[in-house]
Amino acid sequence: MNTSEMPFEFFTVAHLTRIGNQSAATLAEFLTGLEQCSDASIFHHTFQTLGSHHFLTEGFSNDFAQWALADANRDALAEQLTALDIRDYISIAALRADLCRVVREYCGAHPEFAHQTTLEPFYFCESVEVTVPFGRTATTLDEFRQGIEHLSHAAFYFHFISSRLRLQLRTNDFSHWLADGLGLKALADSVNRIDIYTNTLDSARGKLIQLIDLERRKHVGSTNGEPHSAR
Amino acid sequence: MLEAQTASRIPLDDYAEVIGEGELEELRALAKPLRGRTVEMINSTAVGGGVAEILNRLIPLAEELDVKIRWEVMTGGEDFFEVTKSFHNALHGEPYHATPRDFEIFRAYNERNRARLALDSEFVVIHDPQPAALIEARKKNGNHWVWRCHIDLSHPNRGVWDFLETYVSKYDGAMFSSPEFARKLPIPQYLFYPAIDPLAEKNRELEPEFIADVLSRHAIDPLRSILTQISRFDRLKDPVGVIRAYRIAKRYFDCQLVLAGGSASDDPEGAVVLQEVLQEAQGDPDIKVLELPAWAPLEVNALQRASTIVIQKSLREGFGLTVSEALWKKKPVIASAVGGIPTQVIHKHTGLLAHSVEGTAYQIRFLLSHPEIAAKLGEHGHEHVKENFLITQKLKRYLTLFLALAKSA
Repeated sequence: MNTSEMPFEFFTVAHLTRIGNQSAATLAEFLTGLEQCSDASIFHHTFQTLGSHHFLTEGFSNDFAQWALADANRDALAEQLTALDIRDYISIAALRADLCRVVREYCGAHPEFAHQTTLEPFYFCESVEVTVPFGRTATTLDEFRQGIEHLSHAAFYFHFISSRLRLQLRTNDFSHWLADGLGLKALADSVNRIDIYTNTLDSARGKLIQLIDLERRKHVGSTNGEPHSAR
Repeated sequence: MLEAQTASRIPLDDYAEVIGEGELEELRALAKPLRGRTVEMINSTAVGGGVAEILNRLIPLAEELDVKIRWEVMTGGEDFFEVTKSFHNALHGEPYHATPRDFEIFRAYNERNRARLALDSEFVVIHDPQPAALIEARKKNGNHWVWRCHIDLSHPNRGVWDFLETYVSKYDGAMFSSPEFARKLPIPQYLFYPAIDPLAEKNRELEPEFIADVLSRHAIDPLRSILTQISRFDRLKDPVGVIRAYRIAKRYFDCQLVLAGGSASDDPEGAVVLQEVLQEAQGDPDIKVLELPAWAPLEVNALQRASTIVIQKSLREGFGLTVSEALWKKKPVIASAVGGIPTQVIHKHTGLLAHSVEGTAYQIRFLLSHPEIAAKLGEHGHEHVKENFLITQKLKRYLTLFLALAKSA
């Protein structure tokens, strides 16, 4: 089994929600808010909310879509906002541009709804992030597996979901290290394909551990002279 | 100032079975840089009220993480508490004309308390308006001061808020239970949710026999659907509206309604509302109006656990922790979209929101005819509370705030 010269250091993250000064009571105001709010606000209502609502695996994608559905009562707009997949973005600017485009196009196609007052306003908030070391490192796949097993939800979220923005790559910390640290490119790709929208953080973690176990068995097999096969 | 005594300790390790070992390890990791650093929490009452209840649980947990935390209670005469009670109601939006003498009394008691306190902890957390003027004791280039506001400031009385704002603006930050309650301030404002303790009597698991006994005592049939609203007898909780919604639903579904709240004997307005409720309920043996003793956590717990649906049809609400209590027990909740409720009830995910008597009745019928959806809402609600509204999450939020404040310095 490989040992990485570059250890994987587990961190955890905690977020404070800072209440912004912007709110929107119509779709037109909502669009203005999306255009003007901070990057930390876009992050909070998309990336961060996916972590804190990970247990909702049917139809919950981000705060913007949920508000469009429950408070603005605009199903079609909500559907389009829900469909924006944060894995497609490595910058907040690109994500914001698409959010604005979706809302702008909807308001253009349905001007009669743009100035209708919603049931509840949307309050733009932002995340203040604090990271601290979790106190664990890994240099082998076995140590990595142990570390994953004991992670908190926030730590798992930090390495698996929000890391995409930090890395500015279409991957996550785990896959990045598996490929670059241990040279396990195929495992890294499989891990990156675990769907964060249809899994909870616990079930995503379970799938990651399954994939690691499969890889470990392959190596036990190869040590025993058995052929490499993913069973 | 009096140093408050905290309640019997529940060891932090006991929470592992509820939240998982990884979450506890995370609390320890966050607390590590804060070991030995000092925190002071100050409020105006040692017993009764939600703030004291939360601090009673929070302080021992923080101590276990080696944070040097102490809780002190502000002292004041009858005149002070009369003024601050009026301020409290005025900040909630009730009409009130504050006089210069009211402000003088407020300032004088805060000054006396400033003289008696060191107020030298690295982090000072002031709860609610009563001790807000203690900030005047802050030393230059000194410690971090934050103000935790537990009340709804969305429509405050202008005179009282203008007075209070001069103090609040001097803090390093303010925390509110909902974005709706925040004000335009020159300091950062944070969202801080209230929390429930999963191991407290009001929320812990109960023996089925105990629940059966509570139902039997109140002549509630465990074999028929039970709709429940737990709240004091207050018009803002709309108990009469709940009865009307139940009546509409009852045309199609056999069900019972339980309206349980604290005793109204020492609350003249509560007694009037209770009479209105009893009058509305008259003639229907399936409506149980229960006046519980002032503090009957186990009984409330049992009634919530026995419920088919829990309702919180408030017309106005602070945060509405009874919603989190019900969600924690995996109950489907139908609630009004007011105050902090939409934060807890994410419509169609962790419960259902309603905006009227008819809407509430419709959602009751929907859930009674779709028990599988009701069960799923309850499951998701439980997870939502676990992730956001437990006392351990509250502790995490405070640790994060202290780390962020220390970093900003």
